[in-house]
Amino acid sequence: MSDSLEAYLVLSALLFSIGTFGFLARRNAISMLMSIELMLNGVNLAIVAFGAFIPNLARDGSVIALMVMAVAAAEATVGLSIVIAIYRNRKTPLVDEYDAMRR
Amino acid sequence: MPRGLLTVIASMFVVGTAVGLPVLLWLLGLIRFGDDILFFVLAEILLVSGLLVVTMRDIIRCGLAMIVCFGALAGIYVLLGAPLVAGAQVLVYIGAISVLVLFAIMLTQTKSAPASLVFQTQAVGAALAAIVLAIVVVIAVAATAWEAAAQRVHTATDELAALLFSDYVLPFEVVSVLLLAAVIGGVFLARREEGGPS
Repeated sequence: MSDSLEAYLVLSALLFSIGTFGFLARRNAISMLMSIELMLNGVNLAIVAFGAFIPNLARDGSVIALMVMAVAAAEATVGLSIVIAIYRNRKTPLVDEYDAMRR
Repeated sequence: MPRGLLTVIASMFVVGTAVGLPVLLWLLGLIRFGDDILFFVLAEILLVSGLLVVTMRDIIRCGLAMIVCFGALAGIYVLLGAPLVAGAQVLVYIGAISVLVLFAIMLTQTKSAPASLVFQTQAVGAALAAIVLAIVVVIAVAATAWEAAAQRVHTATDELAALLFSDYVLPFEVVSVLLLAAVIGGVFLARREEGGPS
């Protein structure tokens, strides 16, 4: 089981779907960012699994995964700063109350 | 029935399932001893803590479950023969991003917000969409004939470093500029304005 590429890809698909559900269903902006982190981790797991099992991609998979991690760190920094800045103005972390442009 | 007893029974059930399921699969001959059991246990921890991240009501606990999820994923990276990625996972996700998320939670938590309304009204549709997505991807994975090696390839750290500083040196430098931009952007966005609302 741990020697088949399919097992890791199915695991990463499940993790990505969990993240998708969280992003679509949660009301809190920080919960949505946490769900995005789960989705990025699922994609990263698929990349590392490809790197470990496909001979042409050996080592490149790990390098790409490290790049994805760096970009995810940058995304988390900017995203959380935006949430904190909005919270300072609107006093709520719930995304469905950010409706100033709809009224 | 007192609530404490229920909690004890529920946690015993969870732990029993988590330990018993791999043992049962091993006894049935579906998985082998060693790496397979390790993979199964880590996958269980990963998926259960991931589900807890998206379903629990208390957002601080969601953040703590996210740390468990990232830790299990680091274990799976080790199992895949990518120890440097596992180390980076622990340093970047558990060490940096989780702490950032926990600080953001503490900065934005309000007592007045209704804690019971955790989910949007489209939560059922979101669950259906996520399940359909998972099924479609699993079918796609099962239907594709992967030209995969039968054995995992172990990635040595020195080979990885040589590749990172030869073929991938330009993306490496671009990522450093991106991180600098993210740091400056984060400080700029989150700073308190002069004379603004406290």
